[in-house]
Amino acid sequence: MSARGLHAGIVITALGVALAASSHARAEDPMDMDAVLHRSFRTATPDEWTSRLAQDETQALCSRYRNLPPAEVAAKIREAQERTFRYPGDGRLSGDWRDGAKLAAIGTGGHIGRIQPDPPGRPKGGNCYACHELAKGEVAAGNLGPSLTGFGLRLGDTAESRAYTYRKIYNAQAFHACSAMPRFGTNGWLTPEQIADLVAYLLDPGSPVNAR
Amino acid sequence: MTFRDRLLPWVTALASCLVLVAGARAEGRSAADAIHEYREMLEDANPADLVEMRGEELWSTARGPRHASLEQCDLGLGPGVLDGAYARLPRYFADTGRVQDAESRLVTCITRLQGIPREDVVRHWYRRGSDIEALVTFVAARSKGSPVDVPAREPHEAALLAVGADFFFRRSGPLDFACSTCHSQDDRRIRLQEVPNFTDPAAARASMTQWPAYRVSQSSVWTMERRLVDCIRQMRYPEPGFASDVLVALQLYLQHQASGGVMQGPGIRR
Amino acid sequence: MAYPMKIRANSDGTETEVKILMSHPMETGRRKDEDGNPVPAHFIRNITVTHGDVVVLSAQWGPAISANPFLSFRFRGGVPGEMVKVAWRDNLGDTKSQEAMIA
Repeated sequence: MSARGLHAGIVITALGVALAASSHARAEDPMDMDAVLHRSFRTATPDEWTSRLAQDETQALCSRYRNLPPAEVAAKIREAQERTFRYPGDGRLSGDWRDGAKLAAIGTGGHIGRIQPDPPGRPKGGNCYACHELAKGEVAAGNLGPSLTGFGLRLGDTAESRAYTYRKIYNAQAFHACSAMPRFGTNGWLTPEQIADLVAYLLDPGSPVNAR
Repeated sequence: MTFRDRLLPWVTALASCLVLVAGARAEGRSAADAIHEYREMLEDANPADLVEMRGEELWSTARGPRHASLEQCDLGLGPGVLDGAYARLPRYFADTGRVQDAESRLVTCITRLQGIPREDVVRHWYRRGSDIEALVTFVAARSKGSPVDVPAREPHEAALLAVGADFFFRRSGPLDFACSTCHSQDDRRIRLQEVPNFTDPAAARASMTQWPAYRVSQSSVWTMERRLVDCIRQMRYPEPGFASDVLVALQLYLQHQASGGVMQGPGIRR
Repeated sequence: MAYPMKIRANSDGTETEVKILMSHPMETGRRKDEDGNPVPAHFIRNITVTHGDVVVLSAQWGPAISANPFLSFRFRGGVPGEMVKVAWRDNLGDTKSQEAMIA
């Protein structure tokens, strides 16, 4: 055996050890986020783990870049969201603004745990008022998102504005990667029909959002 | 827990409080200004004082199979040293090999000094009137006037601080929420509830130094763990365990951000 | 059992200001617990404050008063070193009585 061959053999062996050590360390590192989460949320069922703690690729990217992804990552995220849109069976993107008004105000649904879970079957709301001003004169509105009062007056109630509004509620990250707004449709929080009701609440000239 | 329909407590304060809130609306002042005035009016009347008195009794009374009090409990500054201890938590404790917050450390003391089984202490820790609520309130009150001091330079603390910061920005669940979704911008509200920007040390100091706090809407003192568990519930996550790493890591991050602020708690919150 | 009250009484030479913080659940009887069972009514019914032999405040309360009630009032008279006595009785017959020195 040549000296050179021996040398190469040593390098390969050393590399193998290093790889094994690093993958071992990752699995055992007690401060690895997955390990921390598994220890901390021990009572979560496998289904709750999958739907509430495990991340999809978009959530993982937005977390990694703390919601400021570089341009090429942002473009990749927007592209992925584009493929998630689904529409109501009847194709109507604007429904009943009265039903939308109720959904916009409901902040319950989907709470779990032993301390204060929602009763089974409690409807999930859009909770739009948590972050947005909507109906004129409703002061108990948050400001994490922009004011949407008069939204329909600005955009008009057209096929184009309905499609835009529907898609924005369905998945805001198709427009702005890592937007703070929940992807209500893509994540299955609201149905396409419920989103259409919210579109009506925002755009319909009769809705209190567009009161003059 | 049932939402209680009697939000406003104190008899004499009722009318003036309503006036204050209405006044705040009319003058366009923030809800925080009104609450601040409300707090000043009630300076001698924070019901957290009652909880604190109960905590003091629990601290100094011999209980459990070992008939011992908690007066030799080491909260990080040595056995029995209470003044300023809360302001330096969470911190690493060599005798347990863990970074611990006030709740977690008190449970260590209760199990070790008094011999009460952990599950008996922890089972209903989140309920109004729990021993944990009272003891944390008492311990925190003994840090009033002390600056929050959580440098987290010790290696275990530094590692958990990084976890806390990562968790703060980690998005998951059906609403894509992270803590940072609501707590990383100035002057934001959920409905009318102001949500502090914990990425800003000044805002972190202003908020964290008020906890634990008497929650008027719950008629009980909420410890920081109780507060965080409810935030996480509202994010639609599963419920983290009592004194779990996520809760300690988050507190480490928040207290680290708030370091330098002077403890004023137990405070009073809506 | 009833936990202690926190009582402060301060004289300005003419009047005495009394502040009382009481520990009491003040259950309305309409609330339900975590398991959906009604929580029985439990609230302070009568409260009396005396200065020497003189009743300086007497009140009848109902379930509309909040948990851990705070009561503040002033009466004419009172000298530092004298005592005020606060006593309450609730709808279940529990009582609590406590004194504080005027400062």
